[in-house]
Amino acid sequence: MSKSNLMAWIDARFPLTKMWEEHLSKYYAPKNFNFWYFFGSLALLVLVLQIVTGIFLTMNYKPDAELAFGSVEYIMRDVYGGWIIRYMHSTGASAFFIVVYLHMFRGLMYGSFKQPRELVWIFGMLIYLALMAEAFMGYLLPWGQMSYWGAQVIVNLFNAIPVIGNDLSLWIRGDYVISDATLNRFFAFHVIAVPLVLLGLVVAHIIALHEVGSNNPDGVEIKKNKGPDGIPLDGIPFHPYYSVKDIVGVVVFLMFFASVIFFYPEMGGYFLEHNNFIPADPLKTPEHIAPVWYFTPFYTMLRAVPNPFLGVIAMGAGVVILFFLPWLDKNPIKSWRYRSALHKLNLLFFAAVFIYLGYLGVNPPEPVLAEMGRRFSEVYFAFFFVLWFHSKPRSVSAAVTSLIVLIGLFSLYDFVRIDEENRSLVLTSWLIPSVYLAFMLLGSFTNLNQEKPVPERVTS
Amino acid sequence: MKKLITAFLLSLVPVLALASGGDVHLDKADIDLHDKDSLRHGARLFVNYCLSCHSAAYMRYNRMGRDLGLTDAQVKENLMFAGEKVGETMTVAMPAKESKAWFGTKVPDLTVVARARGADWLYSYLRGFYLDSSRPWGVNNTVFKKVGMPHVLWELEGLKKPIIEMRKNHEGKEEPHIVGFEQVLPGKLSKPEYDKAVRDLVNFLVYMGEPAKLTRYTIGVWVLLYLALLFVVAYALKKEYWKDVH
Repeated sequence: MSKSNLMAWIDARFPLTKMWEEHLSKYYAPKNFNFWYFFGSLALLVLVLQIVTGIFLTMNYKPDAELAFGSVEYIMRDVYGGWIIRYMHSTGASAFFIVVYLHMFRGLMYGSFKQPRELVWIFGMLIYLALMAEAFMGYLLPWGQMSYWGAQVIVNLFNAIPVIGNDLSLWIRGDYVISDATLNRFFAFHVIAVPLVLLGLVVAHIIALHEVGSNNPDGVEIKKNKGPDGIPLDGIPFHPYYSVKDIVGVVVFLMFFASVIFFYPEMGGYFLEHNNFIPADPLKTPEHIAPVWYFTPFYTMLRAVPNPFLGVIAMGAGVVILFFLPWLDKNPIKSWRYRSALHKLNLLFFAAVFIYLGYLGVNPPEPVLAEMGRRFSEVYFAFFFVLWFHSKPRSVSAAVTSLIVLIGLFSLYDFVRIDEENRSLVLTSWLIPSVYLAFMLLGSFTNLNQEKPVPERVTS
Repeated sequence: MKKLITAFLLSLVPVLALASGGDVHLDKADIDLHDKDSLRHGARLFVNYCLSCHSAAYMRYNRMGRDLGLTDAQVKENLMFAGEKVGETMTVAMPAKESKAWFGTKVPDLTVVARARGADWLYSYLRGFYLDSSRPWGVNNTVFKKVGMPHVLWELEGLKKPIIEMRKNHEGKEEPHIVGFEQVLPGKLSKPEYDKAVRDLVNFLVYMGEPAKLTRYTIGVWVLLYLALLFVVAYALKKEYWKDVH
């Protein structure tokens, strides 16, 4: 049977050629993808790496409070090549978040979340949520001190929910403290439940993307300019053009990845925390418990609010608000290339604030740091208002009113909490969100808010 | 605004402090994992002085022998005393309950202690024991306040007492401060010899924390070289395919 006969046989029974064409050889992607477009395929690569290394780790890992810590060390020294597999998995967790954060920022820059790609964004956000659950539960498995106490702190957050809180956290743990029961269920979630959800969501993400077609750095819809053959003039088939291009991206990524695995697997305590080399001890609370770096921006928001329940709400809101991006930023110009300088500054500042919040979350909340955490959390949320405000031309009175209302809101809160001790700190740091908002809102009426004409076709 | 910038800069300080290892001064251990003699000497010190109370329950004798260039027979003869098998891990017979009574805490396993504490900490800790009659074992430690462990290496180092000076702390209160040591009882080793012995021991502990460390750097270089080559090919392939895209 020749090859074409075999394909015909299969195609009569399963749409193999059809799927190949739809998603690869006849999926027309804009020809002007730049550096930022590597991170989608890289996220997929890391997902596959995590699943494959995870399978091999599962062969030797023991989800048992007595044995877990030792089984990881067994993998690290007695399993042939075990240390490479384990470092790939532990580095992969951090790499996943780095890649996903860059992928999301790409979406922000080029407006990839906007109509008609709202569902692509929503599925992506759901992937991000699932990823956080996956990482959190996976972190318990080595059963070191940070695994244990990190999980203890995070699960205890549910205690803050009124009425059902205590029962809820008890239900999650399966015990009154993090214990063997918790380890077993987290293992089950980590190796099968959440990965299944993740894979399903990734498929949905890609199907939704391929239905509407990819955005590009110019934010121009290539489907609006089709040739006589019905193929977008600015489109090129994903395979072979982007498959060969992504291989280059993969190799470069692997160079960074391998550098960490072989030379800095602990990454100075950020990828593998030093305290996690001490077996979990329910009777010894470490002095300073910090979540792994990828959760710390939201951890800062949690700590920014003194009331635990409101803190949990703030942290949750920090994540959930991202879901609404397509309905917050309704500016018809997608790419920041043609948006105003003000918008660019806003996005860059947001990225910097997110990183700074993450940095604050790694550190103990000493007074100055805690205040910075509060102020930059305010800026984090104010960003989304500014995004909405910049959606269309607004009147001066709208700007002034919203400025007064917003500054009034957090000033009211400052008024409640200010005392002898923190006065100068509260008053000076008050400038941070105030200046930010004033600049972003009143700046709309200056040259900084000049938008540029969007070209008909993609450039370069 | 100036205040604001100062506050912002001040907020960066704790991380810098964290990076430099907390508030206790640590001496540089300056170990060399390639030095097999040092590792072997460290292993000897470890089994003679540490292994009677501390276990290394994830480390196998024969794996250690292989990595340190020793045959199983040599390991048995020089590094094993209790009739274990060479394929076993380094456990101790001391029961947890008694250890709690003797030392006030469960004696920790030392397999990965170097990864939790760091080489510099261990190096400073093992050289930081000084006489303090208020402690149950008669010694205290410069980097581990109120330590529960006796000075196991005292026959090597001898015993020293601290020279204490009163100094003002940042709140202006007078506080006792250790400024130096005075040897009270000489040990079998001189000061430089003892430092070297501790360095060898720490070297071994670092090796034991991660035996893969002996090979992973070399493998890493080969992996990166391979990827660099692959990059050239992948880039050329991409260029070739993209020739007709304008």
